[in-house]
Amino acid sequence: MTISNSLRSQPDASGHFGSFGGRYVAETLMPLILELEKVYKEAKQDPTFEAEFEELLRSYVGRPNPLYYAGRLTEALRADSPDGKGAKIYLKREELNHTGAHKINNCIGQALLARRMGKKKVIAETGAGQHGVATATVAALFGMECKIFMGAKDVERQKPNVFRMKLLGAEVIPVVSGSQTLKDAMNDALRHWVSNVHDTFYIIGTAAGPHPYPELVRDFQSVIGKEARQQIVEIEGRLPDLLIAPVGGGSNAIGLFHPFLDDVDVKMIGVEAAGEGLTGKHAASLAGGASGILHGNRTYLLQDEDGQITEAHSISAGLDYPGIGPEHSWLHEIGRVQYMPITDDEALASFQKLAALEGIIPALESAHAIASAEKVAPTMDADQIIVVNLSGRGDKDIFTVADALGVEM
Amino acid sequence: MTDRLATRFAACKEAGRAALVTFVTAGDPTVTATPAILDALVAGGADIIELGMPFTDPMADGPAIELANLRSLGSGTKTKDIFHLATTFRARHPHTPLVLMGYANPMLIRGSEWFANQCREAGIDGVICVDTPPEEDAEIGPALRAAGVHLIRLATPTTDAARLPTVLDGASGFLYHVAVAGVTGKQQAAQTAVEQAVEKLKAATDLPIAVGFGVRSAEQAAAIGRVADGVVVGSAIVDIIGSHGDAAAPFVQEFVATLSGALKANSPHFRETAA
Ligand SMILES: Cc1ncc(COP(=O)(O)O)c(C=O)c1O
Repeated sequence: MTISNSLRSQPDASGHFGSFGGRYVAETLMPLILELEKVYKEAKQDPTFEAEFEELLRSYVGRPNPLYYAGRLTEALRADSPDGKGAKIYLKREELNHTGAHKINNCIGQALLARRMGKKKVIAETGAGQHGVATATVAALFGMECKIFMGAKDVERQKPNVFRMKLLGAEVIPVVSGSQTLKDAMNDALRHWVSNVHDTFYIIGTAAGPHPYPELVRDFQSVIGKEARQQIVEIEGRLPDLLIAPVGGGSNAIGLFHPFLDDVDVKMIGVEAAGEGLTGKHAASLAGGASGILHGNRTYLLQDEDGQITEAHSISAGLDYPGIGPEHSWLHEIGRVQYMPITDDEALASFQKLAALEGIIPALESAHAIASAEKVAPTMDADQIIVVNLSGRGDKDIFTVADALGVEM
Repeated sequence: MTDRLATRFAACKEAGRAALVTFVTAGDPTVTATPAILDALVAGGADIIELGMPFTDPMADGPAIELANLRSLGSGTKTKDIFHLATTFRARHPHTPLVLMGYANPMLIRGSEWFANQCREAGIDGVICVDTPPEEDAEIGPALRAAGVHLIRLATPTTDAARLPTVLDGASGFLYHVAVAGVTGKQQAAQTAVEQAVEKLKAATDLPIAVGFGVRSAEQAAAIGRVADGVVVGSAIVDIIGSHGDAAAPFVQEFVATLSGALKANSPHFRETAA
């Protein structure tokens, strides 16, 4: 196998994944983006950078987290499957990380880069507050000043995470522009960054944005797939048949998928949020969008015929974004990964099912992946293996779920 | 086709003053109100019109222009309306250069060739695409050049000497110097910083240099006009539209006249006649 035949050698030198990705930013940001690219290249060559990253993942984040065989879920699905059907379902337990989701992996990596670039201030955008909490956490760990941009509507909806961020010493800035949700938080973070480029590092929370962000976020999150690969081989003596992960911007999914991209027998499903259904309000940019340019990259976007961005909807705030990381757009176009829409209602059902069957309350984002596994496992042979990324824990979502179920708390 | 931008910059130079470049968002507050506002800019003494193409997510703009974008989209402005506004402007004002400024997604959604041809047919002289740096020129540059529409590039306080040739390669019409590292309408640049920047840019290119971002008053415009070939005023005009809405045209004209007067007062010819 030569490097050029590998699906793991993207992006190209100019930051493109096929026709996606790139660097669509204002000129003011270009020099900084180019510097970040240079610093990241150097860091990748520097064994002390990797050693420090790995040590923090071990001692601070709590890695490696387990790969857990979800026996009761597997058996429950087999009971409703034809004879000999019902694949084994394993869960990659990202929800056991410090701060309760995969987001921290990326934040540690980017904070190390910020320090390398001599920046003492970090900013981030957040929707549900998971990435905001993870960023505030590493800012405290590294002694950096931290500002979190969060849509005013989300500040209202996610009070516990807002308080967490404040406890961690971050300033939470409610964004009142536009639709007052994640995409507007990202706009305002970019506006702040452009005005403070000299001393501020932008910790982007997903595998999107201008090059080199999609690449470096993927690399930091690839620890998920590397661990899962080693663990499944230890347990089962072979690679899995299918990987499933939820896709907001796509960081946990690409982190799981990337180390397996060249393993032709490993299939992959990225789960998009279909909200109220693809004919109603949703957040499935691959199933319901088209190629366009937003937030520094060319990728699939929800937009109208004039290229105006339309509002996304998902019950899961972490999937409620009208775009997707550019590498996913590319993997979708070349057909390497299949993307499946899952609705709010399906995710809600799986949220409850996993809690009841396995004693694990998943994040609503992760519940989308569980719902997908529930659909696919019964069509696969009983000796086949699925690995689902349990990207986060669901404590943050209990109010939303109670509300959706009409339960008074 | 005559090059309206080159002609206008040459005429201003001849008159010994900087060109006044004024920005408004197309369709702000409504598509029906825009023609009168554009006419008011010209009547007030604007030399070049920058017409903003509204976008839902104007990341490089401060609150004033962001609100203008949302007012315009909120009142239903479509891309076809913007080209119609340009076409009718061109018919009323055959010589005033018109530059379309905006973001890549609305410009490129139907393909760069479609966009470039629409621009040419509507009599648009140049395009500023805020979020397409030289590194992504292939998205828009070739199509505009083929259609004979200028691609106007931006140089900013972070564009250092090593990078400047990259920005200038493929730039035409004029060079837009963004005076502050930031978004539109927020901070003001220090006059000495503007002077130093313009001097460096002039040493590197023969393109006219227009300076914008944060220019709000006649005094500031006059000071910048003493060193640059053009002065861009946007948010201050957009604020007037924000407060007066459909009835903004006369207020816009009055304000633009003070800017224009201040730039003309820089001219040696003006000083001679005044003396
Ligand atoms: C638990 C969890 N999973 C998934 C996501 C989606 O993000 P991404 O697609 O970048 O992994 C989020 C985002 O907030 C999240 O909190």
